[in-house]
Amino acid sequence: MSLLQLTGVRTNYGPIEALRGVDIHVNQGEIVTLIGANGAGKSTLLMTICGQPKPASGTILFDGKVINDLPPHETAKLGIAQVPEGRRIFPRMTVFENLQLGATLGNPAHFDEDAAYCLDLFPILAKRRDQRAGTLSGGEQQMLAISRALMSRPRLLLLDEPSLGLAPLIIRLIFEVIADLNKTRGMTILLVEQNAYHALKLAHRAYVLAQGQVVLEGGGAELLANPEVRAAYLEGGSH
Amino acid sequence: MDASALGTFLQYLINGLALGAIYGLIAIGYTMVYGIIRMINFAHGEIYMIGAFVAVTTFSILAAAGVTSVPLALLLVLVMAIAFTAAYGWTVERVAYRPLRGAPKLAPLISAIGMSILLQNYVMQTQGARPKPLAPVMNGGVTLWQGDGFAVNVSYIQLFIILLTVALMVGFTQLINRTALGRAQRACEQDRTMAGLLGINVDRTISLTFVMGAALAAVAGVLVTMYYGVIDFYIGFLAGMKAFTAAVLGGIGSLPGAMLGGLLIGLIEAFFTGYVSGAYKDVASFSVLILVLVFRPTGLMGRPDIEKV
Repeated sequence: MSLLQLTGVRTNYGPIEALRGVDIHVNQGEIVTLIGANGAGKSTLLMTICGQPKPASGTILFDGKVINDLPPHETAKLGIAQVPEGRRIFPRMTVFENLQLGATLGNPAHFDEDAAYCLDLFPILAKRRDQRAGTLSGGEQQMLAISRALMSRPRLLLLDEPSLGLAPLIIRLIFEVIADLNKTRGMTILLVEQNAYHALKLAHRAYVLAQGQVVLEGGGAELLANPEVRAAYLEGGSH
Repeated sequence: MDASALGTFLQYLINGLALGAIYGLIAIGYTMVYGIIRMINFAHGEIYMIGAFVAVTTFSILAAAGVTSVPLALLLVLVMAIAFTAAYGWTVERVAYRPLRGAPKLAPLISAIGMSILLQNYVMQTQGARPKPLAPVMNGGVTLWQGDGFAVNVSYIQLFIILLTVALMVGFTQLINRTALGRAQRACEQDRTMAGLLGINVDRTISLTFVMGAALAAVAGVLVTMYYGVIDFYIGFLAGMKAFTAAVLGGIGSLPGAMLGGLLIGLIEAFFTGYVSGAYKDVASFSVLILVLVFRPTGLMGRPDIEKV
């Protein structure tokens, strides 16, 4: 059984149908990516999984349990962590305090170990430990946002465009970390990206979302070779 | 400056510190609630007034029950006042503000003003409109400096006000800066959605913020009752306005700002009353507020909202 399973999920923003019946699933230990243009509903999908907004209809199953009506702090308790669009680090708190907040639901006994793990993963954060997070560069903020999400030892990690606005070198580092988390820690990851090339290379499976619906699905490598995908999301894109 | 003038100055300073401490305690409630939900809780002055009424009632019950130990009576009164006002603060948020979360900003503001009027009238109906006196609980004081034709006195009640307030403010600052609850409150203040995604129960955190603000206002209510010895159902209005002024003066949303603002308002009032006129002391504090806002629109310790995105 899949760890996460969405069936016919619809989400509305007022009169606008942002998601129009989405069916996707993510198996334990997989990296699944969701690609699509701006406004396709990718971020809405991740936020709907977390419970804000709630789906208008359809079913979201996490670990066999319906989580449609759970608010974000409850879905977080089940082990779903998100690195949201725009990173959303707490700018007026230190790097370390951001990590502490990430561990809100974590076992306090794991805190030191997990913090050391994150600071080892991104050594620059160790140097910035007591600095206000708002003073970090975009790349550092992204590293912090990922670390913060890891602090709760999530069972499912949702990543919303982690490469957005970052320098190519930092993008490579971030994608390496994502791959490594999956390989060495067995982390299950749902990755939303516009950077289709990197995402498809990394993912076991992929979905293409357009206008609130899944229009294409398959293995990462398979979609990478798909002429339609290449034409819409890759040609002239970021190789 | 001769000794007598210095003595007078010191006396006004002591009076101002005691008054400022009380304003500061109330101002914290305004600033914290504003910080977390960007709303001015105009019913906060009424919470303070209820704290004062609980104090008078509890003092009379204890006196009737024959409790003569002043420290014990004080402790019981503080506990009762905090318990009652915390319940009021929680209920007001639950009933009047939470249903309006996500509504346009004007709606909770009107709701707050409505709550304020409701609570005033409720207390007037149940407790009567007449001022309620309280027999002095703490008498006497110490003379710090006896000079030629003047004396600098600090009464025990003033001392108690200043010491208790300093202790509460130190404790409170530690709570906000060092504990998980304080961290959660600051997180909700900066980004409520993200706080929720990290597993923080945002509604509960907001409720607790109201409870904490109400508890501090209750302490202020108890202290004022003991200081002035008389209260009525209307004291919340002016004290609320002053404390709100203190919060804005210090920079609304800033905890040290609220404390500083409270202190300044208290000192301005005391010095203006002493040197110029008691009748116009409110004019003085509000004039200072206007002057500060003209040159520093974010208040003395407020920060302009610039962030790197």
